[in-house]
Amino acid sequence: MSDIYTWFIESSPALIIAIPLLFAFGTPLVSKINKMLRNIWVMLGVVLTAGLTYVMAFEVLKDGGGPFNTIVYIFGAGENGSVDGTAFDALQNVRITFFVDGMAVFMGLIMVTVALAAIIYSFGFIKKYSGQDKYFSLLLLLLAANLGMVFTGDVFNLFVWFEVSSVAICGLVAFRSNRGESFEGAAKYLIYSTVAGLLFLFAIGLLYGQYGHLNIKYLGSAIGGDGSLILVDKIVLGIIVSVFALKAGAVPVHMATPDAYSEAPAPITAMMVTASQAGLYALFRTCFTMYGDNIYDMAGNLRAPDMLELVHGAGYIMVVLGVISMFVGVTLALVQKDIKRLMAYHAISQTGYMLLGVGIGLAVYSMGGTSAFADFGRTAMSGGIFHIFNHALYKGLLFLTAGAIIYKAGTRDLNKMGGLGRNMKLTALFFIIGALAISGIPPANGFASKLLIYEAAFKFNPLIGAVAMMVSLLTLASFVKVFYSAFMGPKNPEMKQGEVPRSMLIGMAVLAGVILVFSFAPSLVIGSIVDPAVTALSGVGPTITYPGIADQPIAAFTMLTGQGGWNALMFLVVIIVTLIIALVIRMLGNKGTTPGGEGGKPYLFGNPTEVDGKPIVISSSNLYWGFVRALKKYYDPMKKAHSGVINEYVFWFVATAGIVILVLTFL
Amino acid sequence: MLSEMPYLVVVALIGIGLYIILFKRNLIKLAMGIVLVETGVNLMLIATAYSHGERLSAPIITSMITEGDFPSISMPVPHALTLTSIVIGVATTALLLAFFMQLYKKFKITSTDEMRRLRG
Repeated sequence: MSDIYTWFIESSPALIIAIPLLFAFGTPLVSKINKMLRNIWVMLGVVLTAGLTYVMAFEVLKDGGGPFNTIVYIFGAGENGSVDGTAFDALQNVRITFFVDGMAVFMGLIMVTVALAAIIYSFGFIKKYSGQDKYFSLLLLLLAANLGMVFTGDVFNLFVWFEVSSVAICGLVAFRSNRGESFEGAAKYLIYSTVAGLLFLFAIGLLYGQYGHLNIKYLGSAIGGDGSLILVDKIVLGIIVSVFALKAGAVPVHMATPDAYSEAPAPITAMMVTASQAGLYALFRTCFTMYGDNIYDMAGNLRAPDMLELVHGAGYIMVVLGVISMFVGVTLALVQKDIKRLMAYHAISQTGYMLLGVGIGLAVYSMGGTSAFADFGRTAMSGGIFHIFNHALYKGLLFLTAGAIIYKAGTRDLNKMGGLGRNMKLTALFFIIGALAISGIPPANGFASKLLIYEAAFKFNPLIGAVAMMVSLLTLASFVKVFYSAFMGPKNPEMKQGEVPRSMLIGMAVLAGVILVFSFAPSLVIGSIVDPAVTALSGVGPTITYPGIADQPIAAFTMLTGQGGWNALMFLVVIIVTLIIALVIRMLGNKGTTPGGEGGKPYLFGNPTEVDGKPIVISSSNLYWGFVRALKKYYDPMKKAHSGVINEYVFWFVATAGIVILVLTFL
Repeated sequence: MLSEMPYLVVVALIGIGLYIILFKRNLIKLAMGIVLVETGVNLMLIATAYSHGERLSAPIITSMITEGDFPSISMPVPHALTLTSIVIGVATTALLLAFFMQLYKKFKITSTDEMRRLRG
């Protein structure tokens, strides 16, 4: 048992990439035989990948995921799978290696969980389309690319997976080839990510010319190895920050993201969210591992103040990008009338929270005992990283529900749909779970991670904390709009009746189930998978340890933020007690409404629905017309900036990259 | 001076390519601009292979060359990188041209000014 098991664990990083690749290229062959067999084949591929990732995660994360739990896989010859992340020899430098530590495996868990749900969902969702074998082929390829991006320990290998991910995504965005718009979205995304990828390759060339190696760990020890930085280091960091900000979809380099998100089939959009998070991962990995390794020596003394300043600068850039993304994303989402595009802007807005959380951690990064980092920086980081997982879950779920809505409504226009809640009760329930989570309404999981970010952001700068909370409110407002448009209202005969196929429901239920677990046991999740990830990134261990469930059952479920605590189970009890009181009061009153009285009339936001016999219609996309009208001075230039011309979008990227490089070089 | 020549060409290629991407509205020209930038970056990778002096280490030999005159050789790693990047470039360019072709078939458009159904 133990020998084979050890072999499996040691070679798991390679197997986790190899299995989806094998199944991806086998899919067209197998589908020649039989459709059913192909579904089983695809399912087998993703289940094997997911199972292996879960086992590997268990091994890496046990005992708090220290450096000795890191799995290193060296392609080619050499000592494979030496389970020690700190030591590396000359062989590792010149070969492609996979480093799987707490952070990498955390991202891996996200990728496989969402992929599992997306593939189950796809079986029902794409039944009426042709070219299904290519669809599943590319979907598994995308999964392999995502996993490759987060496991790789080599900069050039990272670039290869980046491009594989872009090509797979673009192929899938253009999947619905009957719609010309999907080609437009795919082309824009491809141009955008190719330009970014070429800039990244340029940075890789600079790194190779300077240091002669491309291994991330080696570069970490080489950059600032003599305690000072050179110009090339700063330029490379600037390029990498802007390139992966683009992959993650941060404003102002988000331009092609909503186009591609809204045109892709729903399960693909859920996968694209995780692909964008692989970009976030690469960003964090670069800042912390490549540029953070030499700041402190083994004893924890500061040896490179220049580098610390550079890293702080990168942290401030991430905070600025995060705040802009949060605000611009949510305000543009409010005015959308296409349901997928609305949710795409929310994905941008939520990415801002992750950038903000980890950016705050990076901006105050230090290893001392009593510092801003120990005070709130590490909390901000765990909030940001916890939010990555939460976001992948609830955004994935919301995109899947949007797919279900479109599947039944036959349109993506919020103004044309309605009354779907009469038939699709389960979908409506999943939508509510996702909408509560994204808006950060307790007791959902989004609230737990946002609470950590709010508190840390408030300590960092009260204004940023306030903006973060306001953005959550606006998020709720726009999801109220979607719920109102899609599910409320009388039965609409234009919509297809009935619930969506069972496989789509199962796909949504998988994500909703994980969301519920995360909602009610945030402390367990933070203690078991988030803290090891933060430790692996920052090198600073957790300040809060949670008691075991057997010892103190209530305290074990209370998430501690450093300022206070949050217990979702207690909140649930309070809600239930309040509901019972409300029901009792309701039972004491009169039943029904007085016939012919005011209670019998329908009202729309406090206004009568009919004036002089004519019904008043407020189209649902225009629900917040007052807000939009008041902010006309803000919305007009914003609409102008999203002109749809790809040249201007590339200009935004080049300008942002230039500014970031200049700021990092000369500040 | 001669060893710096490739970098001048790199700058020229990337500069021209970026100019085309930023200012030319024709879709085919846009694809050409991307290919130009790509060629420039590839040339830069190749140029980094030719090096001489103290920092030299031939990556297939795991020990550093420490004595004697430093030889002037071409390292194999950047060539491998360039080859990979050329293959990736072919894939992305082919995909991009396929999208442009489909867009022309659907909407009869050849310019980015007309490729703006998705906006706002």
